Amino acid sequence: MYSDKVMDHFENPRNVGGMDKPDGIGKQGNPVCGDVMEIAIKVKNNVIEEAKFKTFGCCAAIATSSMVTELVKGKSLEEAELISKQAVADALDGLPPAKMHCSNLAADALHDAILDYKEHHKG
Amino acid sequence: MTAEKIRYYFDHNATTEVRPEVIEAMLPCLGKFYGNPSSVHSFGRDARNLLEVSRETVAKLINADTDEIFFTGCGTESDNIALAGCISAADNTKNGLVTTKVEHSAILKTAEVLKTRGIPVALAGVDGSSRIRLDELKTLTGGNTILVSVMHANNETGVVQDIQAAAAVAHEAGAFFHTDAVQSAGKKVIDVKAMNIDMLSMSGHKINAPKGTGVLYIKKGVPVKPLTFGGSHERGIRPGTENIPGIVAFARALEIAVAEINGKKEKLSALVRRLESGIEAEIDNVYFNGRDAERIAGTSNVSIPGVDGEALLFSLDMAGIAASTGSACSTGEVEPSHVLVAMGREPKVAQSSLRFSMGYGSTEEGVDKILEVLPPTVKRLRSISGGL
Repeated sequence: MYSDKVMDHFENPRNVGGMDKPDGIGKQGNPVCGDVMEIAIKVKNNVIEEAKFKTFGCCAAIATSSMVTELVKGKSLEEAELISKQAVADALDGLPPAKMHCSNLAADALHDAILDYKEHHKG
Repeated sequence: MTAEKIRYYFDHNATTEVRPEVIEAMLPCLGKFYGNPSSVHSFGRDARNLLEVSRETVAKLINADTDEIFFTGCGTESDNIALAGCISAADNTKNGLVTTKVEHSAILKTAEVLKTRGIPVALAGVDGSSRIRLDELKTLTGGNTILVSVMHANNETGVVQDIQAAAAVAHEAGAFFHTDAVQSAGKKVIDVKAMNIDMLSMSGHKINAPKGTGVLYIKKGVPVKPLTFGGSHERGIRPGTENIPGIVAFARALEIAVAEINGKKEKLSALVRRLESGIEAEIDNVYFNGRDAERIAGTSNVSIPGVDGEALLFSLDMAGIAASTGSACSTGEVEPSHVLVAMGREPKVAQSSLRFSMGYGSTEEGVDKILEVLPPTVKRLRSISGGL
């Protein structure tokens, strides 16, 4: 059902946990299956230095949130904003169709975090 | 040469392996007894004999009359014929159906479809242990009710319903009583006469017979119309050439299961106790759904807040342990377990539930393997969810 990459990110997730004084936090939940993800980012000079995640959800949910935090590290906010659910799924060598909503959640949580950062750092 | 990884099967409520004695009983049916029971010649007569002996065996095991036993393709089919067939034979003044919120989808989906056809359908709720609220059942069952259906044992929690009391409610309102005994047959003693049951469904693959055979008991005098049409097999109730190997296997399997009821109950109850006390000792904030009600021996349903059921299942599977869950993502269903929700569990908690179901071949070694793998898995996944 799941690719080796998904299983790897499920068994060995990267960047798990909370963040001390995050610059932006994004939270997304899927009312259908109950998955919840929270992504926290640290931004310096418009670049995402650090990203951490917390996830309540299935294997795909954990893998996609882990992957999204890996994808954003070192990227500018503009580059990070372009990360799509497809990009997350592709980075994981694909997800079963029924699980694509998980990658959607991860991308949305990230964009939410970026928005949150922008709200608090206007001007 | 790599050794085959040891696997432990804890999903007996989903399906069971076919026991050697059952295979032995059915093999001749795959060999020389291939005749069609409807044929006049000797091949047919031999097959017909096997069919009728099996029928008599099953009847005796639930204290029914031989001609009250009908063979179907599965438990779902039996449930469909019982509900839709009985409603179909009813007249418009008395055609209502009352059932419960915790039934298997074979009952609930059929009820849903009947409702779209204009049949009055009502669902009785359950308490926090998934026992049906008899007072609610009584309120819902009225003069226009033709059939009340309450499952004997729940597939997710194992909880046993007081079907004698439910049958009394049905009969008092002049309605018939059906029970889905798919999970209880071979685990609880069933006496359809003493328990006043009008119709009852059973399934072979839950009792160590192959998939593909079910039974529907219909008490003499209960009008039921068939849902499919063709020959006169099973007195027209379920036409189609009889699955002789499956039927012979079913009868043998039920015979063995009933003979072993007490021994099995003792053994499986002990295994569940070992599992549940072990889980409680090692993992905090867990609760067992239905534990304070009477359960068929061998089923344990546990909610572990903070982790998703599917994620737990995968981790267990990687360690060679097969279990089940009612969480939405894993079953492909959109909603979390309707049984747990009906019991009052919040959807998120229902999402965090696992079902371990034991049976033939389950061992202490298997339980200990669960106890070895589950606590660290929960710890790991809880640290990932971080309180979300």
